[in-house]
Amino acid sequence: MTLANDTVRLSYLQAIVEAQREEMRRDENVILMGEDIAVYGAQSLFEEFDGTRLRNTPISENSFVGVGVGAALTGLRPIVDLTIASFCYLASDQLINQAAKLRFMTGGQLSVPLVVRTSTFYNNRTAAQHADRPYPLFMNTPGLKILAPATASDAKGMLKAAVRDDDPVVIFEDINLWNKKEDVPVDPDVLAPIGKALVRREGSDVTIVSVAGCLPHALKAAEVLAERGISAEVIDLRTIAPLDSETILNSVARTGRLIVADNSHKVGSVASEIAAMVCEEGFDTLRRPVRRVTAPQVHVPYNGTLEKQLFVTRDKIVSAVETLD
Amino acid sequence: MSLDSDRQLEAFRRMVRIRLFEEALIAHNPVGHLSIGHEAAIVGACMALRDDDYVTGTHRSHGHPIGKGAEIGPLMAEIFGRRTGICKGLGGSMHLTDARMGLICESAIVGGGFPLATGAGLSAQVRGTDQVSLCFFGDGATNQGTFGESINMAAIWKLPVIYFCENNGYAVTTPVATSHGQPDIARRADGFGIPGVAVDGQDVEAVHAVVAQAVARARQGEGPTLIEARTYRFDEHSNRLAIPIEYRSQDEIEYHRRERDPVALYRAVLCERGRQQECEAVENEVRETIDAAVAFARESPEPEWADLWDNMYASPPGPEHARGDRK
Ligand SMILES: Cc1ncc(C[n+]2csc(CCOP(=O)(O)OP(=O)(O)O)c2C)c(N)n1
Ligand SMILES: [Mg+2]
Repeated sequence: MTLANDTVRLSYLQAIVEAQREEMRRDENVILMGEDIAVYGAQSLFEEFDGTRLRNTPISENSFVGVGVGAALTGLRPIVDLTIASFCYLASDQLINQAAKLRFMTGGQLSVPLVVRTSTFYNNRTAAQHADRPYPLFMNTPGLKILAPATASDAKGMLKAAVRDDDPVVIFEDINLWNKKEDVPVDPDVLAPIGKALVRREGSDVTIVSVAGCLPHALKAAEVLAERGISAEVIDLRTIAPLDSETILNSVARTGRLIVADNSHKVGSVASEIAAMVCEEGFDTLRRPVRRVTAPQVHVPYNGTLEKQLFVTRDKIVSAVETLD
Repeated sequence: MSLDSDRQLEAFRRMVRIRLFEEALIAHNPVGHLSIGHEAAIVGACMALRDDDYVTGTHRSHGHPIGKGAEIGPLMAEIFGRRTGICKGLGGSMHLTDARMGLICESAIVGGGFPLATGAGLSAQVRGTDQVSLCFFGDGATNQGTFGESINMAAIWKLPVIYFCENNGYAVTTPVATSHGQPDIARRADGFGIPGVAVDGQDVEAVHAVVAQAVARARQGEGPTLIEARTYRFDEHSNRLAIPIEYRSQDEIEYHRRERDPVALYRAVLCERGRQQECEAVENEVRETIDAAVAFARESPEPEWADLWDNMYASPPGPEHARGDRK
């Protein structure tokens, strides 16, 4: 027997597999598709479910995402595994022109309960064509919900919420978090809400908004800052679209300072959007200029020493905070 | 699997509806890509489907919902951009989706419908129904990657999908002959290990027969078929497009209008079968339907600002969405 608040220790990656297993058990209209899923990621699901609901796809990203859209339009709730986030570009037509627009273009006649999962493979020496963090690109598309869980519990709970949501959801998973273990709720009906950021650490001097895998760095930065007498509040954004501007604005209203940590490239990043939003809606509460800590506007190099220097770290966040005073 | 006597007249009715719908647009509201010349291909294909079968269309898709039996008024109102339109005036000429009739998308992105139709086939297979899905597309669309990607997936999974090409010989001004390494489109099926059939797209009963066979195959779990209906577009690519060159001869156009008009051809067949009066009655009835649809569209209100926001999400995402520009 499991109790309502029982937990089990799972890695971020295991939590994703469990979410899929539970949702496939709960609803027979949930199917899973993707390249090589029979060998990577979903092996254990093949022991429980047959090939009708688990589809190893050919290398046809645009079409298998579109097949997911077509299936979603007609009664299924597909989870499409797009493996590496840099492959989103191949599927962007079906994601943007079809999934995101079909409900609108049909005057609300249709809905697209589709989940697309994809992983950001940065800091992994895979070079420029495998290492992108393209979430801002999709944030610019109305109609898509964009999630970026940063903990194992959220990886599970948000994926489950996405499967039960009636709109197209894209989830960016972060491979740098894959092995992080945590106590994850066992109850198959515990969901993590879409559209709600979470204050992971309370503070009063500065707000650090963390996007996706920046969270461990932001929390470490807050510890370092605490030793130096600066009280940092850390907000885990969790949902990139729709943005939870309320939680961010409320925090900035108390701290007066804002740092946004985001591993996408600086120009037009999630950090840019948050900075613009706070400048428009919370300007009076800001005591210092907003700072973005992001990847610079260059491509990801193969060389590991250089690659590491591109991304958000504890120290980069700490120094950004220190420039504020 | 041939059309019985009642269905023959219904096929004629739907063909006349398409023709007069398009002619009304030329007269009253010249927007969009017209299906005049394609009527037999469209209706022949749709008459082989059930109401609960799925259809995806294209930019040239006024005919597809009409062929599937959709109500005319909301289609006309949609093209007029009205709130009473089938998509509340938010979709327009290239997106006349009537979900009640199994239409799930008309893609204005050439080739965009292949994956969606394939996914609807997958859905029917997973849910264990015997529905099929039929994907309409043009000759030009066969040069998109989604054509091969999607047909391949339908082939390996034996999905109940009919890929139905309305080959009118041109993609805007580009002829098939100069843009297709294998201009014989039905033969492309060989590359995917599925049947490919070419048919005279101006002969509604011939089209119906080949589609009915493909549908039966699909319902029995034997997988997809590629059908190439050879047809011809009587008007320009689209109503508002200026064509600065003569990419097809006047003789060619005149020949098709004179000798290969699918509506006239089928009327002649039905008259030969002694059904002239019935044909005339259908023509009168359709004329009234179309006039009423134009009047309905004209009198209908335009959509409102709030409609933009109300049709974005099935599960509205919360406060941010409700803020700002909505007001
Ligand atoms: C992806 C894409 N590229 C280009 C266009 C512009 N375009 C609209 S229709 C068309 C030709 C399509 O030809 P075909 O598939 O033969 O259909 P037809 O118009 O002949 O019915 C083109 C190039 C488009 N809408 N989408
Ligand atoms: Mg064409």
